[in-house]
Amino acid sequence: MVTLTIDGVKVQAEKGSTILEVAKFYGIEIPTLCYHDELTPYGSCRLCTVEVDDGRKTRLVASCLYPVKEGIMVKTHTERLIKGRKMILELLIARCPNSKTLQDLASEIGLEQVRFKMKNEDCILCGLCVRMCNEQMGSGAIGFVGRGQKREVATPFRMASEICRNCGACMYICPAVNLQCRGVKSPGELCNSCLIITPQCLEKYGQVMCTQDSCGACVEKEKK
Amino acid sequence: MKKIRNRDHLEEIRRKLLEKRESGKPCITISSGTCGRVSDSQKVVEAIYAAIKKHGVEDKVYVRVTGCHGFCQVAPILVIYPDGIFYQQVKAKDADDIITETILANRVVDRLLYVDPTTGEKIAYEKDVPFFVKQKRLLLGNNRFVDPTKIEDYFAVGGYKALGKALFEMKPEEVSEQIKRSGLRGRGGAGFPTGAKWENCRRAKGDIKYVVCNADEGDPGAYMDRSLLEGNPHSIIEGMIIGAYAIGAHQGYVYVRYEYPLAIENSRIALNQAREYGLLGKNILGSGFDFDIKLAIGAGAFVCGESTALIASIEGKMGEPRAKYIHTVERGLWNRPTNLNNVKTWANVPLIINNGADWYSKIGTAKSKGTGIFSLVGKINNTGLVEVPMGTPLRQIIYDIGGGIPEGKKFKAVETGGPSGGCMPEKLLDLPVDFERLTEAGSMMGSGGMIVMDENTCMVDVARYFLNFLADESCGKCVPCREGIKRMLEILVDITEGRGKEEDLELLEELAEMVKDFSLCGLGKTAPNPVLSTLRYFRDEYEAHVRDKKCPAGVCKNLIEYCILENVCTGCGACLKVCPQQAIQGELKKPHIISSENCVRCGICRDACPVEAIIVS
Repeated sequence: MVTLTIDGVKVQAEKGSTILEVAKFYGIEIPTLCYHDELTPYGSCRLCTVEVDDGRKTRLVASCLYPVKEGIMVKTHTERLIKGRKMILELLIARCPNSKTLQDLASEIGLEQVRFKMKNEDCILCGLCVRMCNEQMGSGAIGFVGRGQKREVATPFRMASEICRNCGACMYICPAVNLQCRGVKSPGELCNSCLIITPQCLEKYGQVMCTQDSCGACVEKEKK
Repeated sequence: MKKIRNRDHLEEIRRKLLEKRESGKPCITISSGTCGRVSDSQKVVEAIYAAIKKHGVEDKVYVRVTGCHGFCQVAPILVIYPDGIFYQQVKAKDADDIITETILANRVVDRLLYVDPTTGEKIAYEKDVPFFVKQKRLLLGNNRFVDPTKIEDYFAVGGYKALGKALFEMKPEEVSEQIKRSGLRGRGGAGFPTGAKWENCRRAKGDIKYVVCNADEGDPGAYMDRSLLEGNPHSIIEGMIIGAYAIGAHQGYVYVRYEYPLAIENSRIALNQAREYGLLGKNILGSGFDFDIKLAIGAGAFVCGESTALIASIEGKMGEPRAKYIHTVERGLWNRPTNLNNVKTWANVPLIINNGADWYSKIGTAKSKGTGIFSLVGKINNTGLVEVPMGTPLRQIIYDIGGGIPEGKKFKAVETGGPSGGCMPEKLLDLPVDFERLTEAGSMMGSGGMIVMDENTCMVDVARYFLNFLADESCGKCVPCREGIKRMLEILVDITEGRGKEEDLELLEELAEMVKDFSLCGLGKTAPNPVLSTLRYFRDEYEAHVRDKKCPAGVCKNLIEYCILENVCTGCGACLKVCPQQAIQGELKKPHIISSENCVRCGICRDACPVEAIIVS
C-alpha cells in the first residue's frame, strides 16, 4: 500500500494504481473524456490533468496514467488546472459544437464563451472507439490514420473492413456523436440547458418518458 | 579483413597503418558531405583523380574524400595537408590548376583562396580562417581527417582506443561514473545528465537491455547530427559500444531519418566495417563482451525525434509519444530497459574516456560541460556548423565566428533551439549559451539550431512560420497540441493578414500557457515557445499589426504598400515592364506610379528598379 495526499486528504492506495483510480475510489471527481474503466488509459484529452508535488517540484500530469507514489501530494482542482481544463473544452467545443458530452462538461466547469472560429466536426479523436474495437471486441478494425490536423479514425486504406462485425461497440462508447446537444441554436453558443435540474417537460406534458437525460431541449423548442 | 583479436592487435594495426602513410606527402582533402555534394563536390573529386592521372602524380599525393568540414558557406572545401592550404568553392575546372600549381610547383592558387569579408584579406591556410580559429572543434574536428567509408582513417586518428580502455581497464560502473563525473548532459535538447541515465538503466531490472542513438534530427535549419553521422560515423559507434558495456546492453539501434540518405549509407558502411574487424558482434576485442547495432530508418516524422515516439517507430507502431511517467530506462523498447541518447552525446563518450572526466569538466560552464555544436543559418555571412565551449556568448558566435549579418543590415533576432525554441533579441546577445541561460530567457538548447534574422524579418511572421511547421508535425494524439497549435496558427494568420484584434494577443498568451502546461510530450510543451518569446521581446510588432494594421518589417503582404519615390524615379520603365499585374503606370522619363488596388505586392518591381526608387511603406 502507498500513502498519498489528494486535495489535502491523506489516503491509502494499492501500489500500481493510477491517481484517477484512487481519486474515483474516494469520491473525488476529476473530469475525463478519453478514459474508460475497462480500457487501457490513453492520456490524450488531458482533462484529467492534476498537480503532483513529489517534494522536489510540482508537475502537471495526466492522472489516468500517473502511478501513485509514496508521499506525493495531489491537487485536483487548482486555479491553474481549472483554467486549463476550460481552455481544452473551449477548443473541443469549437471543433464539435453539437456534442452533448462536451456541452455538459462545459456547463459543469463553468465555461462562459468560445472565442475560436467554429468548426462542425463530429469526432474529438479521443480514441475510445479504437481501443474498444481492439481490446474489448478483439477486432482491431479501426485505427488512427494520418498525423496532426489530418488525423482521423478510419479503417485501413479507408476501405470497408473485412474484419468489422458491425457490432456497434464503437458507436456505443463514443462520447461525442451518440448524444447530440439540441439546445445549441447558433454557432459558438454554449447550451447550459442541462443545468436545469427539474425536467420542465414533466410539468408541462405530464408523464412523458424522456428517452434521454433531461436536456431541456424540448422546452426550448416549445418556447419558439 | 581479419578480426581484431585483442587490444594489442588493434594497436599493432594502428602502428602499421601510420607507418605505411608517408609523412609529408601531400593529402588533398575534399569535403563531400551533403553540403559539399549540392555544390558539385563529386565532380571535383572526379576531376582531381583525372588530373592526378593526367599529370602522372599518383604516387605523389593522397586523396581523401571526407564529410562536411563545417564551413558550409564556402563548400566544397579542398584542403591540402600537411600544410593546410585552404581552397574554397572549388569547381571541377580548378582541379588541373591545383595539381600543376600547388602539388607540382608548390604555389598557391590565388583565386581559390578565402577572402575574409571583414578585412578583405586573402587567407591561404586553414589554421588562419577566422571561422575555424575561434572554435573548439572536439567532435567536428576529425571530420576533415576521416573518410567516413574507411575505418582505417578512424584508426589513424586514434579511433577505438577509448573502447579498448573501457573494456580492459574499467568496470561497467566505472565507465558510467566517469561519464557522470564529466558532467556530460544529453545533447538532444533536454540536457539530462548522461551518466545518471546510464546508471539508472544499468540498475533497471531486466536481462535484455537496449541502447539507441537518436539521429532523427528534424528541425528546419539544423544538421549537425547529420554531419557527424555522415562524416565520422565510427565516433558514434564507438560511443555506443562503450555505453552498452556500461549499461549491460547487447543490442543497439541507430534511428536515422529517411531524408538523410548519405548518413544512412555511411553508417551502414561503417557498421559493416566495424563488424568485419570484430568491433561489433561476439567477443569484442577478445573481452568477452557481445554487442551489435542495427540501423532503423524513420519515415520522416518530426515527432519521432521524441524518445517514446522513436521507440514506437522502431517497434513498427505509429510514431506517437506516450507519457513518460515510467521512464524509458525502465521500460522502453519492447518494454525493456532502454538508454536513448542523441548522436552528439554518443560522440562525446570516446573523448571523455580517452581524456578523463576532469579534462572534460574543465570545458564549459558550471552546469553545462563540454562543447555545443550549433548550426548557424539564416541571415549570416558564414553559414555553417560551429562548435564552441558551452557558455560562449551569442554575440561571439554570431559576429566573431559567423561574421555578422550580410549586406551591412542590422541584427534583429536569433532563434535558438529549432522550431520550438525562442527568438532572442539584440539585448540578449551577450547571453552565454548553455542549458540554463537559454531556458531562463524563454528559449531552449534544443538540438542546436541557430537561425539568425535581420531587420527585414517580421517576428509575427516568424512565429506563424514555426507554428505552421509544428501544426503539420504534431502527431495529433493530445488535444492541447493538436487543437491548440492549430488555433494559435489561426490567430497568427489573422494577425499577419490584417484581421487581428486587440484581444487576440491575450487569447494567444492564454492558449500558449495552456498548451505548454497540458501537452503530453516535449513537442507540445515547447511548441508555444516561438509565440511566447516573440510576444515577450517583440510585443510592439504584434501591436503594430493589430492596432495600426502595419507590418514594421514590411513583410506581411496585406499590411504593406509599394510606392515609388517621385524624386528618385528616373522613369526608365523597368518596373512597368516586369509588373505581372500591370499595376504600374507612367510615361518614359517621368516618375511612375503604382496603383495599390491592382498591386499584389510581389516585389518584382523593387528588384527590377535600378535606382532603388521603390520602397515598402
